[in-house]
Amino acid sequence: MVATGCETVPLRSGEDVVIARQVVRRWALETGFSLVDQTKVVTAASELARNTVTHGAGGKLTIEGLQNGHRKGLRLIFEDQGPGIPDVNRALQDGYTTGTGLGLGLGGSKRLASEFEVRTQVGQGTQVIFTRWKG
Amino acid sequence: MASVAPITHRFSTVLAANEQNLLAEWMKVQPPAKTFRSDRIKESELREQSREFLRALIDALRSGRALDLSSPEWAGVRDILTELSRNRAIQGFSPGETAIFVLSLKQPVFEILRQEFGSDPAALMDDVWSATALLDELALFTVEVHRKGRDEVILRQQQELLELSTPVVKLWDGVLALPLIGTLDSARTQVVMENLLEQIVNTGAALAIIDITGVPTVDTLVAQHLLKTVAAARLMGADCIISGIRPQIAQTIVHLGVELGSVITKASLADAFALALQRTGMSVSKAPAHG
Amino acid sequence: MERIPILKMGDYLLVSIQVDMHDRLALSLQDDLTDRIVKSQAKGVLIDISSLEVVDSFIGRMLGNIAAMSRILDANTIVVGMRPAVAITLVELGLSLKGVSTALNVEKGMSLLEQQTAKRKVIGNGRNGL
Repeated sequence: MVATGCETVPLRSGEDVVIARQVVRRWALETGFSLVDQTKVVTAASELARNTVTHGAGGKLTIEGLQNGHRKGLRLIFEDQGPGIPDVNRALQDGYTTGTGLGLGLGGSKRLASEFEVRTQVGQGTQVIFTRWKG
Repeated sequence: MASVAPITHRFSTVLAANEQNLLAEWMKVQPPAKTFRSDRIKESELREQSREFLRALIDALRSGRALDLSSPEWAGVRDILTELSRNRAIQGFSPGETAIFVLSLKQPVFEILRQEFGSDPAALMDDVWSATALLDELALFTVEVHRKGRDEVILRQQQELLELSTPVVKLWDGVLALPLIGTLDSARTQVVMENLLEQIVNTGAALAIIDITGVPTVDTLVAQHLLKTVAAARLMGADCIISGIRPQIAQTIVHLGVELGSVITKASLADAFALALQRTGMSVSKAPAHG
Repeated sequence: MERIPILKMGDYLLVSIQVDMHDRLALSLQDDLTDRIVKSQAKGVLIDISSLEVVDSFIGRMLGNIAAMSRILDANTIVVGMRPAVAITLVELGLSLKGVSTALNVEKGMSLLEQQTAKRKVIGNGRNGL
């Protein structure tokens, strides 16, 4: 598998979340995702970028284009040096059916992903790796 | 990528010095090539493509950089070959026919080299080897691009076929029907459902009947896609009725534990249509008989 | 800071979200709408999201909040124009937009608002109601 390019977006404010959406959409378009898949990727990016800003006290997003043989994909890595997530499993389940949850947006984003990984340490920070393959 | 013999300075100089001559000889060699189809490409168009390619090739060689299609020095060559191969694929040429464009350049190049270095066999050998390795590599590139171009055509044709085979029908003002026929797989179901939702928006129809009379079996994935489609339609402000659920499918749905929830189902398309009319505030009545 | 314009059409307020909103803008829309509903005594709110390419949980919550608050203020809220790709994604996300009524487009949304308003008049009027 090969990374075919990457871009970094700082995530420090609400406006950065909007920028992140736009940049991710551009990458999704270039990767050749269908409209529905583009929407899924950008929506997940919005959720995760917001988390980084709101709960992670700011951080950054790194976007990587992927190529695995003939398959193309997109990897979004959200990183922060914030408080970390104490109970990841609970966070993954949180609040979508009720719509009120802690609003971490993790569980929902995971459903939109082909691959999803959360690395976190309380007091040190969090890294969320969201991957979506085309087709 | 296969290792390419180094391109000597004298090789690129010789080509550059004989550009016009090369082009002329190359044009002579191209049309009568065995598999070339003159009905699909005009002579003038071919000449222009050849001229452009040769110019780009000579420029790239002049840079002294070994063949590397990802480098900026070879970008011109790469772009010209990419466009050419793509277009040939779309026009219906075979990969071989497209590769011939590059390979047919060998003969004129060898001839020029022989003229220049006929008296120096070692130099001749080296440069002939460079030339053949170079042109082989470029020809292989065109085949690869051609293949990708063909794949895109096939993909598009598949898409069109899919849309043709599952048409969305307007039954009445505000009522659409989607008669599904044949075995549904996950991919096909997704495409078909997305198409239905698009049609709902385009026609402004708030009710869609998804008829699965013609579907022999339904598995969990397909059932879930159907349910997700109904959920999506409702989010948009429309609704769906699923009709034509045969006993076997009903059994499968129960067996799989799929929750239909509040999704309305009807045994036949006719029943579904009657319900749809009712919900849109219409009714069907008999016309008075004429004497 | 820019604000999303709110138009008044008879008894109803009409909002058309045409920009990719950052969170603060969404929150101020919520506030502005609540304000306007009270000031204009509107009977309904129509929110047109046909330009939105993305509706995430934040916007979803905003729509839910607007619907809930307007209900308390005795107005109905209808969200119109949701794009198929957005609807499909929301279903996948698991966001149900409970409490939010939707319609396919502005025309149908207005017609629905009028129906709902008429119904309320009937119920509210002791003589014709129960």
